[in-house]
Amino acid sequence: MFDYLVQRLAISVVTLAVISVIVFTGVRMIPGDPARVMAGTEADEAGLAEIRAKYGLTDPLPVQYLRWVGLALRGDLGESIRTRETVVVTVAKKLPVTVELACLSILVALCIAIPVGVLSAARRNTVWDYLANSLSLCGLSVPSFWLGIMLILLLSVRLHWLPASGFVPLWENPLGNLTRMLMPAFVLGVTLGAVLMRQTRNSMIEVLGTDYIRTAYSKGLRGRAVIFRHAIRNGLIPVVTILGLQMGALMGGAVVTEQIFVVPGFGRLIVESVFTRDYPLVQGVVLITASAYVLINLLVDISYSLLNPRIRVKGAADAA
Amino acid sequence: MPPEGSAVATASVALAGEARPSSLVRAWRRAARRPPALAGAAVVLFYVLLAVAAPWIAPDDPLRTDWSAIRKGPSAAHLFGTDDLGRDVLSRVIYGTRISMQAGVFSILLAMTIGVPAGLVAGFYRGVFDQLIMRLTDAWLSFPFLILAIGLVTILGPSLINATVAIGVGATPTYIRLTRGLVLSTREEDFVHGARALGAGDLRVMARHILPNISSALLVQATVSIPGAIIAEAILSFLGLGVQPPRPSWGTMLNTAQQFLETAPWMAWWPGLAIFSLALSFNLAGDGLRDWLDPKDY
Repeated sequence: MFDYLVQRLAISVVTLAVISVIVFTGVRMIPGDPARVMAGTEADEAGLAEIRAKYGLTDPLPVQYLRWVGLALRGDLGESIRTRETVVVTVAKKLPVTVELACLSILVALCIAIPVGVLSAARRNTVWDYLANSLSLCGLSVPSFWLGIMLILLLSVRLHWLPASGFVPLWENPLGNLTRMLMPAFVLGVTLGAVLMRQTRNSMIEVLGTDYIRTAYSKGLRGRAVIFRHAIRNGLIPVVTILGLQMGALMGGAVVTEQIFVVPGFGRLIVESVFTRDYPLVQGVVLITASAYVLINLLVDISYSLLNPRIRVKGAADAA
Repeated sequence: MPPEGSAVATASVALAGEARPSSLVRAWRRAARRPPALAGAAVVLFYVLLAVAAPWIAPDDPLRTDWSAIRKGPSAAHLFGTDDLGRDVLSRVIYGTRISMQAGVFSILLAMTIGVPAGLVAGFYRGVFDQLIMRLTDAWLSFPFLILAIGLVTILGPSLINATVAIGVGATPTYIRLTRGLVLSTREEDFVHGARALGAGDLRVMARHILPNISSALLVQATVSIPGAIIAEAILSFLGLGVQPPRPSWGTMLNTAQQFLETAPWMAWWPGLAIFSLALSFNLAGDGLRDWLDPKDY
């Protein structure tokens, strides 16, 4: 178990290191002189030289990289060119909104995926199963931003049930916040729900074919008891892993969803920083996103191995 | 693939005393058992036709503006209505097929061109190179697909080609992983050992024995990742990072449509429906293809 944790941790550290190299070189590959961007268009040569000296832009790239990583590890990701605010503060302001959106959409996704997935596995090859499968195929194929636009068209423009955009903080007006988050959370949750439903169905079918389920049936338990008390526990474990792996897609989806519904979160921040060529912000935001993804999946894997002894043993065996 | 069991099959058919239908006929019969997959494939073909023959099918020039017909609803003159510059939406949707198809197919081709050889070598030789590639794909996969694509387009500059490259690069690690996994299980098969015993070199084993055996799984993966790539291109164009106006792309059309939801909702209907139906058809065809190529299904 300990070996497994150490191995898993080491892999994550290496991954994070590779990520930092990719982000660093990626930002350096953006055409244009960063000093000129920071100084603005009317700066003269002397001003540019001053900025280059201040940010150490004349140093060799490996030196610049090590300095950047050193600062990043101490929580200093530089400051935004546009607002002069530190990247960490900017992100800290925007992140709660996106975390709320993500949690709500995971909730939406699970509320769709688990009941439908379990039902279609239990009623395999019936009308219900076909219906559920068609539903999930549609969910996978619908472009979320178009779904968002159509929802606005129906619920806001036509029926006037929900406000199309605008944002109020959760702690100021909880109800107003939720009514505005409903559509974005639904849009973001649909694709995730479709992916999770397929996973739930597949793993439930697999579990329902195992010996212990047959035993449960043959000792006279009713179908419902078998599914809810025995099958679901094992059937949902892979769903948790997939949920972790889908966090990246969720963050990507948040970019578009926040753009459509004008939600002032992390996703809009990314698009804004790209369009305003705010390189330190782009660099910081991308680094934070990728690191968060690695950490979330590390946590998922660890909790997974704690919950499921089989993985623990297998992991140790693989490591040996 | 080795023609395993064909002798047995011939013998049993001969015993049954009836003519053995040609493999093409059998393939068709098996496909015909899956109407949704066939329908999906038909719609995909339809869109391919639209893309190829756009200039002959489109009723109007997709770039021609008409100031006397701005944001007019669907009518006999303009079946899908007109947009904010009086351009025919139907023609723009038809021409948009070209862009979506190009972006979807070429980005996945790019991903396979890089990913399949890399995964093949990593899985075949294992060792340091394998470790290196796997850590790289781990890091690569940690960037959310869309955020990686947005970052790459920032570096390369917004255009259709750059968006295609960005999507392709974003999809590459999936192919490295998939190929590597398939190679790891295939390289231990008896026929690979057999080929080795007959004196085949590494290159021959990889190209003639392993690759043909994993190609159907790769083909299925390609079919189901094209819709993702098509949607990704639409998103990049929607955000202004892909195809630039006035070129008719479904994503840019939706971006414009968003400003006129109250007065011209049809501008948002058609491009979105086109993306949805094309992605759905690819997914249906891919699911069908997976079952169809599965030997257990015969």
